[in-house]
Amino acid sequence: MKFGIVVFPGSNCDADAYYAVRDGLGVPVEYIWHGTRDVGGFDCIVLPGGFAYGDYLRAGAIARFSPVMDAVLEFAERGGLVLGICNGFQVLLECGLLPGAMLRNDSLQFRCGYVNLKVENAATPFTNALERGRVIRLPIAHGEGNYYADSQTLGNLQAAGRVLFRYCDGEGNVTAEANPNGSLLNIAGICNSRGNVAGMMPHPERAYQRILGSADGLEIFRSVTSFLGGR
Amino acid sequence: MNLRATVTVTLKRSVLDPQGAAVRSGLLSMGYDKVRDVRVGKHLVLELDGCASPEEGSRMVDEMCRRLLANPVIEEYRFEIAEAPSRGGHEC
Repeated sequence: MKFGIVVFPGSNCDADAYYAVRDGLGVPVEYIWHGTRDVGGFDCIVLPGGFAYGDYLRAGAIARFSPVMDAVLEFAERGGLVLGICNGFQVLLECGLLPGAMLRNDSLQFRCGYVNLKVENAATPFTNALERGRVIRLPIAHGEGNYYADSQTLGNLQAAGRVLFRYCDGEGNVTAEANPNGSLLNIAGICNSRGNVAGMMPHPERAYQRILGSADGLEIFRSVTSFLGGR
Repeated sequence: MNLRATVTVTLKRSVLDPQGAAVRSGLLSMGYDKVRDVRVGKHLVLELDGCASPEEGSRMVDEMCRRLLANPVIEEYRFEIAEAPSRGGHEC
């Protein structure tokens, strides 16, 4: 079992993801340079947070045309697991692996801090180590995390259980006050219809051990290994 | 032929524009009380060299807008295309 962390010019959470997998999980992990066209040998590919290509034009817009993204699309097509975190989520939206788009936070402010998330679906490769309805704490750090999709897409996501996480208060109530960025339906993370591609704005890799403030993020990575191990 | 395309990208009407709303509230607080709505967008100027015709340039720009310059989920675009002004200057 091996994880790959894509490194775009401007990625800045690649090392965090690398350490979360290597030290948190104890699973082999390698960086994947954005210029490569080969992602053979990996079981899970992480698109990390940061500001790929400076976020010029739109967050993730240029990164999706990186040589590596063709390989990531093929990898996902074959059923490989792809997790996009923050900027990586934005790249997945731009390249169409996940539906919707990100708008500027409704506060117009960069939001940085811990949020509470309600687990909406614990039966995916990325959430099976959690329980449905559980509240986890993870940090966010973004200026464009205001998830938008048309009402039909939102309906489809909900009906198919493709919403993985929603912003909530400490008791698990999904409220407007607990929404840090204006995301529709408080959506913080979603997956594709097949369940092998997921994107989330909060940063599990920044919360993989208690000394970092929370170890809840490790459960996301642990879910992946338990899914791969049981396959 | 050399062409200049001027592309404007804005958020769709159906999408809330928080930047536009903030600019509007700034203008209102300055006393410009007739400002009903503000939409913030992007303005891109593309210089195209060696196009066979304005139609070819137009097709290309439309494709570039759909594939990269605008995100059809949240944005709409429009563009104008015209013969590029001569670069001027003296050759020496």
